[in-house]
Amino acid sequence: MAETTITGSDLVKPDSLWRIRLRLSWQAFKKNAALFAENPVGLIGFAIILIFMLMAVAHPILINTVWDPVIYDPVTGIDITIPFHPSPPSPTHLLGTDSFGRDVLSQLMFSTASEFALGAVAAIVTVLIATTIGAVAAYYGGIIDTIFMRFADLVVMTPFVTLLIVLSTLFEVGMIELAIIIGLLGGFGSTTIIIKSQALTVKVRTYIEAARIAGGGDARIIFRHIIPNLLPLSFLYMMFTVTSAIFSEAVLSFFGLLNIRMSWGLMIFTTQFSGYLLDFEKWWLIYPASVAITAMCAAFYLVGRGIDEIINPRLRRR
Amino acid sequence: MSENGKNTDTLIEVKDLSKLYPADSGLFSGGDTFIHAVSGLNFSIKRGESVGLVGESGCGKTTTGKLLTRLIEPTEGSILLNTESGDMDIATMTSKETKDFRRRVQMIFQDPYESMNPRLTIYDTVAEPLDVQGIGNISERQARVSELLQTVGLTPASSFLFRYPHELSGGQRQRVAIARALVIEPDFIVADEPTSMLDVSVRTGVMKLMQDLAERLEVTTLYITHDLAVARYMCDRIAVMYLGKIVEIGETEEVLQNPRHPYTKALLSAVPIPDPTYKREAVDIKGGVSKPINPPARCRFYPRCPWADDYCESHDHPPLEDKSGDIHFTSCYHWEDNLEK
Repeated sequence: MAETTITGSDLVKPDSLWRIRLRLSWQAFKKNAALFAENPVGLIGFAIILIFMLMAVAHPILINTVWDPVIYDPVTGIDITIPFHPSPPSPTHLLGTDSFGRDVLSQLMFSTASEFALGAVAAIVTVLIATTIGAVAAYYGGIIDTIFMRFADLVVMTPFVTLLIVLSTLFEVGMIELAIIIGLLGGFGSTTIIIKSQALTVKVRTYIEAARIAGGGDARIIFRHIIPNLLPLSFLYMMFTVTSAIFSEAVLSFFGLLNIRMSWGLMIFTTQFSGYLLDFEKWWLIYPASVAITAMCAAFYLVGRGIDEIINPRLRRR
Repeated sequence: MSENGKNTDTLIEVKDLSKLYPADSGLFSGGDTFIHAVSGLNFSIKRGESVGLVGESGCGKTTTGKLLTRLIEPTEGSILLNTESGDMDIATMTSKETKDFRRRVQMIFQDPYESMNPRLTIYDTVAEPLDVQGIGNISERQARVSELLQTVGLTPASSFLFRYPHELSGGQRQRVAIARALVIEPDFIVADEPTSMLDVSVRTGVMKLMQDLAERLEVTTLYITHDLAVARYMCDRIAVMYLGKIVEIGETEEVLQNPRHPYTKALLSAVPIPDPTYKREAVDIKGGVSKPINPPARCRFYPRCPWADDYCESHDHPPLEDKSGDIHFTSCYHWEDNLEK
């Protein structure tokens, strides 16, 4: 078309609003990604997470192609060609088999997806609750603030493992239930206190007064002006919540308190249950799961630190 | 004739407006000590007029501005805003009236770096009043915002619409703030030291713009400032505040040329004049500005006043009076005795 050839910078056809917004957020994302990439700490974390993601994606593919489900199923599989289990790493079982004859690598890879799901659900629940309550408590103050903050103190003081033991006797705690419990405890507990303290500094900014002058009601001020300014911090605490969720799952599985098919914590539980926990000659029973838990927790923590440097420019070296 | 003489073209009428802040707050103690941020304010603003509110830091200028825009609730008194459908009392309005009120009164803040949400684009910031009030559809709003950005001198508007505040300079931001205040065509704007945070080089530009727009759009303004030169440039009338009270109010030139209250005289004597031969009467006021915590019932200026005597001490704060009848009100018992001094 002839008209499009003369478009100068001022003659740009007015774009639709959502397209402009999309472009703006894409630009912001690119800028933040570039900042993130400058920081080796965050990059290492991100690389580890990528490796785990590949493992999670690879497992169903392998089961359907190379691995025979009868032998390699993470829960019910057994390799009857090997007389004694646990058997050490071999070409057919790269990380050996556990005391029930199940393939350790298959278990490890199978569990990755549910660990991600656990972390994601716990983080989203935590941040949704913590951000909303933090903003609301900071904005209204007074009795609302007191109720939520004293409740938060109560939640922070509650011994987590003890509470989970009680809950698991009352009903069956699976992966999703655990994720929601961790999310609720974080959302009503420590995370909300941190987010609220940030919301207090946002609340007194002049642009909140300007929004009120513009006619904005409480809901508009909270959701359009306070919460967007809390989101970077919320996102940071999402990362930290993932870490604590995975760690909690490992602890609780190790105690055998969770009703789940397979997880890294359960792999360690099986090892302990069969009496091989301190048997370092059977290292393939304890190390893969332990290293995976440590690496995954560390990875999300490192990514959190990388994000921290983006949202908190004082931490940047330049 | 009184300052509050009812006038058909009066836009804002403030009567006995007070705002007290508790100075001690405890669950079981306190409640008897108050900071009288603003006490017993009486003045009115005519339609189309621009009134300056001058005074030192802490004299209640900003509190007055916030009371007029209902960012804070007054302790007592009334603020009547004249509308087509009669007067609206800002002090006691219902939430339904508040929505209407927000269309009529806007504010420009002092700090352009703080008064804009860093996560919103310029378009979102300026269009917010339209959005809240539900005026126009998206393309109409976009056209209106572009037009206003051009008006306030941000051209071409298309290159500013989708920028973020941090990409703009202080002067540009304050222009955006002016655009935001004007976007719903308010009757009245409170400008809280809009130029004090700006670089001197861009200050005059912003001041010219505000004056220009106020005249063109027939907006009434209350211009809060501590700078007498700014007040002189911008305002038709000025009110001088001291510790929560207006001590002198009148036509700008009249007040600045013939100050009557000793405080106004002192303020003026602090303004440097670029004329080496100029001699101005020196006013010897004592001490510094104090906090109006439970002030005794006498003239607020009593402790610092060079004219203070027993009469001042035994009588309440003098009312704003115009004994000369030339619409220049002074709150002092002795100004006439000291005219020639």
